[in-house]
Amino acid sequence: MTQTINLTIDGVAITVVEGTSVAAALARSPLPAARLSVSGQLRPPFCGMGVCQECRITIDGKRRLACQTPCRAGMRVERDAKFRSDQHD
Amino acid sequence: MNAPDVIVVGAGIVGAACAWRLTQRGLRVTLVDDGRPGATAAGMGHLVCMDDNPAELALTAWSLALWRDILPRLPDNCAWRDCGTLWLAQQPDELEEAERKRQRLADVQVASEPLCASALTAREPTLGAGLAGGLWVPGDGIVYAPNVARWFIEQAGERLTHITGEVIALEEPWLQLRDGRRLQAPAILLACASGANKLLAEQWLRIKKGQLAITDRYPARLSHQLVELGYAVSAHAPDGKSVAFNLQPRPTGQLLIGSSREYDNPDSRPDPVLLAAMLHRACDFLPWLADLNLIRCWSGFRSASPDGQPLLGPHPHRPGVWLALGHEGLGVTTAPGTAWLLADQITDNKPAIDAAPWLASRLNRQEVNA
Ligand SMILES: Cc1cc2nc3c(=O)[nH]c(=O)nc-3n(C[C@H](O)[C@H](O)[C@H](O)COP(=O)(O)OP(=O)(O)OC[C@H]3O[C@@H](n4cnc5c(N)ncnc54)[C@H](O)[C@@H]3O)c2cc1C
Ligand code: FES
Repeated sequence: MTQTINLTIDGVAITVVEGTSVAAALARSPLPAARLSVSGQLRPPFCGMGVCQECRITIDGKRRLACQTPCRAGMRVERDAKFRSDQHD
Repeated sequence: MNAPDVIVVGAGIVGAACAWRLTQRGLRVTLVDDGRPGATAAGMGHLVCMDDNPAELALTAWSLALWRDILPRLPDNCAWRDCGTLWLAQQPDELEEAERKRQRLADVQVASEPLCASALTAREPTLGAGLAGGLWVPGDGIVYAPNVARWFIEQAGERLTHITGEVIALEEPWLQLRDGRRLQAPAILLACASGANKLLAEQWLRIKKGQLAITDRYPARLSHQLVELGYAVSAHAPDGKSVAFNLQPRPTGQLLIGSSREYDNPDSRPDPVLLAAMLHRACDFLPWLADLNLIRCWSGFRSASPDGQPLLGPHPHRPGVWLALGHEGLGVTTAPGTAWLLADQITDNKPAIDAAPWLASRLNRQEVNA
C-alpha cells in the first residue's frame, strides 16, 4: 500500500503520496501557484528541475525551491502573505 | 525621412539621456542602436557621489543634482529609491578616509554624516559586528537603469526617431548601417560604449567585466546601499581581478550583491571562483547572507578609457563627431551630467561645469608624454 503524508499549504491540510514533491503538491491544491511576480502575476513551477527559480516558496520558514523539495509529514508550505490575502479577496 | 540635426549611436542610458536632452534643446535626433543589451542592462543602478578625483566628483555631484529633478517624475517601474549610501569602515584607519571623504563631498555641497560603530548599527542593525564605523551619504539613491533609459526615449517625443540597426562605418557626416541604410547628420554623437573603438579605428576603450548576484526576496532586511570604504582601493587595482563589497536592497526585497572587476575578458559567462570571492567578501559584512538563496547571477562590461574617466565632448580632430564614452562603473549616475554637457556643447552653449577634464584630446597628450 502506498504511504500517504499530511502537510499544510497556507495552513490548509493536504494529503499526498510519499515521494511527491512540493511542486506536485501545489499542482494538486486549489490554486496551483508558488508565488506572485512583482507585477502581481501568479507564477506556478515551470521547469521542474531547479533551474528557472519560478517555484520559490517558504517551507518550514526557509526559502526553498518547491520542485526540489520532497513533501514530509507535518511540513508547512507558505506562499507570501500578499498572495494569501489576494486569494481571500 | 528628413535629415536629423544629430544622430546618437547607442541607446543605453547615456545615449538615451543625450537624445532626450538634445530634443529638449529643440533639435531633431535619430537614435540608432543595435538592440544588444549593453552595460545599462547589466549594472546596479546606484546613483552615487564619487570623489576619487576632483573632476569625477564635479561630474557625479552635478549629475546627482540633475537627477533630483528627474527622479520624482519617473514611473514606478524605474524603481527609484532615495536609500542613500552607507560607506562601511572595517578598520579604524578607514575612519580617517571617511572624514576626508566627508570634507571632499562638503566642498561640492554634498551632505554626509560620519558614523561611529554604534551609530552605524543604529542605522543598519543587521550589519556584522566589528565594523569601525562609516559615512552616511543621504543624497545617493538607486534606479532600475534599463527602464530609465526607455523613459528618456519616450520623453523625447516626436523630435526623436528611434531605429534599430548596427552602425558598421562612420564617415562623417555619414553613418553606414549593416542593413545597407545610410544616415546623415551634421553632428554624430557616439554613445555606443566600447563599440566606438571599431567606428573610430582607435583603441580608446577597454572592457572591464563585472559580476553581480541577486537573492530571492527577503523584504525589510536592509534599507541602504552598502559599500565598503576600501572600495576605491580594491575596485581600482590596475590589472587582474578584484572584488569589493557593494550591496543594494531592491524595492522587491531582493538583495543585489556586487561587485567584481576584471580587465579585457570578453567571456560573459560568470566566473564561479571570482563569484565565490565576491560572496565571501559580502559575508564579511553581513554574515547572515550565507543563509539566503541566490536566484541569478550575471556579468556585464564596463567600458573604460585609459585614465578611467569618461571621454565627453568633441572628437579631437574629426569635426562633427562627438563622444559620450568610457563611463566605466558610473554611467548611470553620470548620464544626466553627460547629456547636459554634450547638449550644451553641440548647441554652442557654455556648459554649467568646466568641460576640459573630459576632452578626448587628453589621450593624445598622454601618448606624447608616454
Ligand atoms: C556589473 C556592473 C555594475 C555597475 N553598477 C553601476 C552602478 O551601480 N552605478 C552606475 O552609475 N553605473 C554602474 N555601472 C556602469 C553603468 O552600467 C555603465 O557605465 C552605463 O550603463 C553605460 O551606459 P552606456 O549607455 O554608455 O553604454 P551601454 O549601456 O553599453 O549602451 C551602449 C549601446 O550601444 C550599442 N552599440 C554598440 N555598438 C554599436 C553599433 N556599432 N551600432 C549600434 N549600436 C551599438 C550597444 O549594443 C548598447 O546597447 C555598472 C556596470 C556594470 C557592468
Ligand atoms: S520549477 Fe524551475 S526551479 Fe523549480
